[in-house]
Amino acid sequence: MGRFHRHDDGTVHSHDHDDHGHGHDHPHDHAHDEALAELIGDHSGYQTGRERIEILEDIYAENDRLAEDNRTALDAAGVRAINLMSSPGSGKTTLLQRTLAQLEGTVRVGVIEGDIETPLDAERLNGFGAQISLLNTGNGFGGECHLDAPMIATAMKGLDLSELDLVIIENVGNLVCPAEFEVGEHAKAMVYSITEGEDKPLKYPVMFRSVEAICINKMDLAPYLDFDMELFRRNLAAVNPTARVFELSARTGEGVNEWISWLTDPNS
Amino acid sequence: MVHEVSLCRALAASVTRASKGRRVEAVHVDVGQLRQIVPDAMAHAWVFVVRNTSLDGAELRLNPIPAVLACDDCGAEIELGPELGFACHACGSASTHVASGEEFTLTAIDVSEDLGAVKGEP
Repeated sequence: MGRFHRHDDGTVHSHDHDDHGHGHDHPHDHAHDEALAELIGDHSGYQTGRERIEILEDIYAENDRLAEDNRTALDAAGVRAINLMSSPGSGKTTLLQRTLAQLEGTVRVGVIEGDIETPLDAERLNGFGAQISLLNTGNGFGGECHLDAPMIATAMKGLDLSELDLVIIENVGNLVCPAEFEVGEHAKAMVYSITEGEDKPLKYPVMFRSVEAICINKMDLAPYLDFDMELFRRNLAAVNPTARVFELSARTGEGVNEWISWLTDPNS
Repeated sequence: MVHEVSLCRALAASVTRASKGRRVEAVHVDVGQLRQIVPDAMAHAWVFVVRNTSLDGAELRLNPIPAVLACDDCGAEIELGPELGFACHACGSASTHVASGEEFTLTAIDVSEDLGAVKGEP
């Protein structure tokens, strides 16, 4: 840990010790400062000159400002953008593939693809007349868990917005981080598959609450699973009572039409 | 690794700007419960992000902010528990909004002497 001093009494990682307000005198501070003073060779009152600067800065503000810029650019071109999220293996790419196939020739679609596992994934989206902009999320550690507004700004340069009606942003397969970052989308949607368990909305409430539409995928597997749709719907309603829900199978195509209608017209 | 690294990078940039060349001893951040920050992951990420920068050694102090739900119909304010149901606990209305718990705010830094030669930008 080097010189970094992490409290072992829960100050840093406690959600149930709210009495640790700012500026409390922690018993470890003294030892910490002495150790620091030792390190920098100053034994004569290291504390002198220590002062607090009050700041109030939202760390998400920069991302949110860039997201607004992205949305402005999309609006100017008359393009609707959907941020599509899910856990890994939910069938997001398969649904996207079927969506592109059905919209080909009627709606001009651009895809910002941020969840490429293999070149094979990208190939699956070719051949439907859609513009595809690939994002390499593997540059630098920590970059692989979500897409943020600067990344989308970069990816948008790979699309000719004037030739598009709809942009689908395929986010990284992850039920936590993508919900935290606005990218400039007009709506968030997610793909959930019935192989994932009915309790997911309660385990990932921030994600499930953030979306306007949810595709319940892999319905073709229902006869082989003991998935409890009633329970899932109840759990979903507890965190997001207003989301549009589409039961479908991206593999067979059943139920996909309603999803497509919502994609192209949210008031459908 | 999850989004804690990205947040630490953004946080380090803000702290560096605010410190104006003075040594940063501690960084105080309000973190809402709904921000899904894992404190241990955050602490770990912070060490990596600030290593060999002017912020090396700065202590990260997270101040947890509870998630509070406000009802649009009856006005009740309820602190969200681990079950995280978003319907009003008082009147059952589904029309609620999050009154607090989505913060991720740099509130203060503790600084000491001038650093002189800054080692590098985070």
